Amino acid sequence: MTLIDLANPSKFLALTARVLPWLAGATAVLLAIGLYQSATAPDDYQQGATVKIMFIHVPNAWLSMFVWGVMSAAALGTLVWRHPLADVAAKAAAPIGASFTFLALVTGSLWGRPMWGTYWEWDARLTSVLILFLMYLGLMALWRAVEDPSRAARAAAVLTLVGAINLPIIKFSVDWWNTLHQPASVFRVGGPTLDRAFLSPLLVMALAFTLLFITLHLAAMRNEILRRRVRSLQMMQASQRAA
Amino acid sequence: MAMSLGPYAFFVVTSYLAAALAVASLIAWIAIDYHHQLRQLRELEESGIVRRSGRGAAEVT
Repeated sequence: MTLIDLANPSKFLALTARVLPWLAGATAVLLAIGLYQSATAPDDYQQGATVKIMFIHVPNAWLSMFVWGVMSAAALGTLVWRHPLADVAAKAAAPIGASFTFLALVTGSLWGRPMWGTYWEWDARLTSVLILFLMYLGLMALWRAVEDPSRAARAAAVLTLVGAINLPIIKFSVDWWNTLHQPASVFRVGGPTLDRAFLSPLLVMALAFTLLFITLHLAAMRNEILRRRVRSLQMMQASQRAA
Repeated sequence: MAMSLGPYAFFVVTSYLAAALAVASLIAWIAIDYHHQLRQLRELEESGIVRRSGRGAAEVT
């Protein structure tokens, strides 16, 4: 099977049926390793045991932006190449991305209370991530509000690309403004500042959550293809009854 | 190795529970949606509606 074959929804469904069990298994194994490493990681000398929150907060924060990046690439696929699966990919990714963003906000808040003394602060990083979460919800509402899938696809693609402006704002907000949120400590010039005891569980959990996203995304895309098949058959049924 | 979360137990445990709940909800929603779509396709197929390709509506492989 070549890459171009995946443009065919039936062939895509056949592929997902084959790879989903393997992806789900690999995700479960990596999550188990990551959770074990997180549980046995030592306390940080400043953060104490709250450092364990970072092992789920940081992967979810990364994925909240990564998923919007995937949706932006899919939006280009919809607008430029009119790829049949591009809108399916974007629509299927949105609720998963919204969940990751919600988790990043909740776990960040739960870390902030004991460390900063507050659950919430209107600083640039937190506010820009909250805006990202609201944009996910807005996109999901847009897909539900427009009945014609092709019209909804174009509107959602434009909104997704406009929303992508928020990604560099989130990433560099800690450098551009004086924020309570700490600057990057893993992906930075000069390498990570984290000790190996914390870096290892963090990276394993990040990989596990990324695999989780891929697994859930493929499964949600399969559902969306089936939903569109149901819709076209229902329209066929309605026109047969009318004839 | 026994894990001691000290005074931060509430914040750490709540974070992991929230993550577990959100991931479990996503998995359940996707699984339920899949079975719902398959059921609808089978019902359409039983009512005599077939795809232009002639293949079964609920055929996913």
